Amino acid sequence: MSLWEYANPRKFMATTDRLVGPLFLLAALCLGTGLTWGFFFAPDDFRQGSTVRIIYLHVPSAMMAINTWIMMLVASLIWLIRRHHVSALAAKAAAPVGVAMTLMALFTGAVWGQPMWGSWWEWDPRLTSFLILFLFYLGYMALWSSVENPDTAADLTSMLCVVGSVFALLSRYAVNFWSQGLHQAASLSLDRDENMSNEFWLPLVVSIAGFVILFIALVLLRTRCEIRLRRVRALELRERVP
Amino acid sequence: MIRLVLRDLRLAVRAGGGFGLALAFFLIACVLVPFGVGPESGRLASIAPGMLWVGALLACLLSLDRIFATDFEDGSLDLLATAPLPLEALALSKSAAHWLTTGLPLSLVAPILALLLNLPSAAYGSLVLSLLVGTPALSMIGTFGASLTVGLKRGGLLLSLLVLPLYVPTLIFGAEAVSRAAAGQGNVTPLLLLALVTLGSLAVLPFACAMALRGNLR
Repeated sequence: MSLWEYANPRKFMATTDRLVGPLFLLAALCLGTGLTWGFFFAPDDFRQGSTVRIIYLHVPSAMMAINTWIMMLVASLIWLIRRHHVSALAAKAAAPVGVAMTLMALFTGAVWGQPMWGSWWEWDPRLTSFLILFLFYLGYMALWSSVENPDTAADLTSMLCVVGSVFALLSRYAVNFWSQGLHQAASLSLDRDENMSNEFWLPLVVSIAGFVILFIALVLLRTRCEIRLRRVRALELRERVP
Repeated sequence: MIRLVLRDLRLAVRAGGGFGLALAFFLIACVLVPFGVGPESGRLASIAPGMLWVGALLACLLSLDRIFATDFEDGSLDLLATAPLPLEALALSKSAAHWLTTGLPLSLVAPILALLLNLPSAAYGSLVLSLLVGTPALSMIGTFGASLTVGLKRGGLLLSLLVLPLYVPTLIFGAEAVSRAAAGQGNVTPLLLLALVTLGSLAVLPFACAMALRGNLR
């Protein structure tokens, strides 16, 4: 039993067929709990008042925006090294989810920034690097959609993803250099004993879990869809040959 | 490799090569800026470093799709790919030729355009230096973008969408070096970081270009 078994599309389809439904259910449960808790039962912040509640959408979506790119990078590397088609398709399937997450993080940030900072948009390093990440996603998806041969497309987009990761990281630190930050530091981290008080932290963790599971479910669903599309394409090509 | 560079240079300089186009575009972009923001010299001076860098970057972008496209159309790219020269070296010499025909002349005419935009005189040296250091990175990254889009029919727009985010670090460090010099501060750090971007791209991206070309020519 190893992870590589799922490089076989048939095995992948069979397993995910059973997984996708429960995952969506679990995601709905976590998101429902976390967001309801956060929006209606968690206390107001001492200084920010009720606007603090947007954290339950903003932080998880921002985390997933970055993690989606990392997942795409890993999947691209697997495609480049071991040439498993499922991996390339998973990277392709993840990109629109990542765009949605990035947009959500940018949008909720703007909604929060208007009352708190007094402006919808600031050229702050974190905000700017998210905008750049968004552009990378757009370029990645545009390249996928414009190359006809699927294997070539997978090759090219994987190369773009690898090179883009390096440059995205470089941009992340370059914008630090270019502008002073307004955005607060990360409020969650694994290597600190205390992050924030429990009444904010618990609903946040639940909604982060919800976002992670939702992401996995969406990517699996979209990958299944891509595999089916690939099969349809293969059938069509076979019909056309004789 | 050198012969390949010379061949590309000859092709670029002869009629139809579009050698002067990037320069003319740079000139027009810099002339348009005062129309957009108004002719006050103080305001122009404060945005000049950034505008010059952005103008040079866009001028560089303009000629990127020619790096491989013409060779791909007439089939010489296939010949070059089957030649004993490795594809990595091909990518490197292509981007060298691109730099010699765009980046180098752009850096040399930049001071004249800086005059138009009223750049403080202390920054002229840094402007030329930063462009000389930074434009090879622009050419190399652009060659990577061009090798990704070489087989596509409408690659031009896609190419700019792919390449512009990759240009961000170069632009930040380059413009920062010039504006620090204009403000009379030391600018060794951004210049060193700019050199880092250039050298890193030159070291790594030829391999990425070669992989992308192999994928496209398969």
